[in-house]
Amino acid sequence: MSATERILLNGDEAIALGCLHAGVALGAGYPGTPSTEILESFSKMGGRAQWSPNEKVAFEVAIGVAYAGARALVTMKHVGLNVAADPLFTVAYTGVSGALLIVSADDPGMASSQNEQDNRHYAEAAGVPMLEPSNSQEAYDFVFAAIEISERWHTPVLLRVTTRVCHSKTVVRPRAVQAQPLAPHFVRDIPGRVMIPAYARPAHRRLRQKLAEIQAWNETSDLNRALPGDPALGIITSGVSYAHVREAAPAASVLKLGLTYPLPLRRVAEFARGVSRCVVIEEGDPWLVDAFRAAGIRVEGKPDMYRFGELSVPRVRRILEGDVSPESKPPPGKPPQLCDACQYRVVFDTLRRHDCIVAGDIGCYTLGVLPPFEAMDSCVCMGASIGVGLGLRHALPPDEARRVVSVIGDSTFVHSGISGLVEMVYNPPPGGHVLIILDNSTTAMTGHQEHPGTGRTLDHEPTNKLVIEDLARALGVRRVHVVEPRVGSEDFGRMLLECLASGELCVLITRRPCILIAKRLKELEQRHTAPESPLPSTGIAAEAACCPNGVPAGAGADRPKSGI
Amino acid sequence: MTSTVTNIVVAGLGGQGVLKASDVLSDALLRAGHDVKKSEVHGMAQRGGSVRSDVRYGPEVFSPMVSPGEADYLVAVDSSQVDVCRHLLRPGGVVIAPDAIEAAALPNRRSLNVALTGALSAHLDLPAELWTAALHANFRQDLWAANEQAFQLGRLSQSGSAKRPST
Ligand SMILES: Cc1ncc(C[n+]2csc(CCOP(=O)(O)OP(=O)(O)O)c2C)c(N)n1
Ligand code: SF4
Repeated sequence: MSATERILLNGDEAIALGCLHAGVALGAGYPGTPSTEILESFSKMGGRAQWSPNEKVAFEVAIGVAYAGARALVTMKHVGLNVAADPLFTVAYTGVSGALLIVSADDPGMASSQNEQDNRHYAEAAGVPMLEPSNSQEAYDFVFAAIEISERWHTPVLLRVTTRVCHSKTVVRPRAVQAQPLAPHFVRDIPGRVMIPAYARPAHRRLRQKLAEIQAWNETSDLNRALPGDPALGIITSGVSYAHVREAAPAASVLKLGLTYPLPLRRVAEFARGVSRCVVIEEGDPWLVDAFRAAGIRVEGKPDMYRFGELSVPRVRRILEGDVSPESKPPPGKPPQLCDACQYRVVFDTLRRHDCIVAGDIGCYTLGVLPPFEAMDSCVCMGASIGVGLGLRHALPPDEARRVVSVIGDSTFVHSGISGLVEMVYNPPPGGHVLIILDNSTTAMTGHQEHPGTGRTLDHEPTNKLVIEDLARALGVRRVHVVEPRVGSEDFGRMLLECLASGELCVLITRRPCILIAKRLKELEQRHTAPESPLPSTGIAAEAACCPNGVPAGAGADRPKSGI
Repeated sequence: MTSTVTNIVVAGLGGQGVLKASDVLSDALLRAGHDVKKSEVHGMAQRGGSVRSDVRYGPEVFSPMVSPGEADYLVAVDSSQVDVCRHLLRPGGVVIAPDAIEAAALPNRRSLNVALTGALSAHLDLPAELWTAALHANFRQDLWAANEQAFQLGRLSQSGSAKRPST
């Protein structure tokens, strides 16, 4: 790759390429829009990438890699960091020997998420330095910066991106020289790595000391840039908001922050002093503005209405004009729907007909909430269907309790449903419970990724397979059924009624591959049973990442691309 | 400043190849030496829902999103999306909808996205070979012929139209 080459990459691809060029030894993660393509691209580019059962495990694998002295990447969507928050807060204390790059992909505006939490709070709460790129070039460059900071201060670094950075393609000029990381080896450091209270107390002090050093370094770091302009209007911004600002207020003086935690407060104060009006333009929570005000810097924030949703050029203009009049609503697009031949149609149709109370979960099947089914009564976070269903069973009067079922997808079950099933066995409701696991042999919602239950790795190679029915039986569930829901067949309905009537603990696995992958699944299975045969020309990998190769002529593969 | 940036919105439904069309488009624009930004919303859209991709190009582009009332072109791969996206068009902006293409002449019904990209190409000032290069870069070789044919069909459908929309 030449130094002058220009390529168009989205933010996810740019992060992957940065990791490849920076010599990242292993990338781990769990799929989640808009982060999914990072590991998929990294793998396709030749990097070593793997899906873990969930973000916490992925995070811990990455910690191990970084403890070994290598460069590690872990990726997830914003809510994934909630799942991985436990290791996050303590690896901040232990630090790492190599590099630990944590990518959190936030989704302001909830293009495909269940909330729009602002993960900048995590950097501050855990005490982890945070970089926020505003386009693909910075996404690429900040990978190098993050690794440099991580190795220099032996600290994990958070690369916080947002949907518009992840899913916008902008020009990237890759670096000519590629990094040569050190060879991994184990260095014993018991007080540094084993967080018993006696060792954790000094570790916390070390963390604060590191952050103070990084803050001082950040005051002059070129990760933050000042653009001189009209002294009448100064704007402090970060991430993709910077792009909107440049367009909405081309004449303004701008301070663009790249390393947003720990903040370069002296530099900010100096910038604010140099302009007559200083406005902070940030997407999401008033996080920067609160930090500046707490430091005694006089800045203007945005009216509360702009806390909701993404920013855009018109919205930035409105903020600068102090316009709080109602915004016009764009016409609604067409909502997504379950595919015509999807097994879920049969499942939700049946649940509706039997007037079940459905504790639901997250995946393609959440579309069962929409008409004509409207057969889902709750959806909180991944895995919640089981606990919520059990709670409903415990509290509701018997005639209602016996109608409660939990519905969860196969990938979601492996992600965070297994411990729910343990709870079901450990604290069974008096009337039993029915758990329906929708097994479509893939993680459909996010673009058809493999998971431990498919028996294939991220790059679709065979590996050990988690057999869900065996697991359920091993956990102590006696009634475990596997059924294929088909239009025109009453098998599923009959089995559901039998389970509901039994008053026992039941696991009902509905098994039928997602129709969008059925064809390629066959090809993969053939390929894996016949090792001599050549690779099929239409690889599953191609379509999952929106490549042309898997589909005829002009049609692109945007169908399977993304979701929550 | 925005006047030096051209704004294109490609819209359709999941599975129609909206992102592929905007990939071909932005690839050709990059080859022509422009600064290009392409942004897409395909959140929960993949199960047949609305998909929209914004492509902006010029000497220097900042925001990746096309603002309402500023699109020079709206390419709708599904006619239902014309009304959904009309508010994005500037006065005098051009709509390129499926009815511009003679469906029966398409080499493959799924190549409508490429045919419409061809139709759009008739309005943009880009050498033909860059479009061919962009098609080749974005499709497997055995699909080149069909896509080039679809592209040409679209390109010729616009004969007689101006290079740039009138303001
Ligand atoms: C903590 C967390 N991680 C990731 C996601 C993104 N996500 C939502 S559902 C889902 C998995 C869906 O797969 P599955 O349960 O198999 O259902 P399917 O889509 O195949 O129907 C993922 C990865 C999320 N919402 N929360
Ligand atoms: S993508 Fe697969 S799982 Fe999702 S609705 Fe379609 S058939 Fe069902």
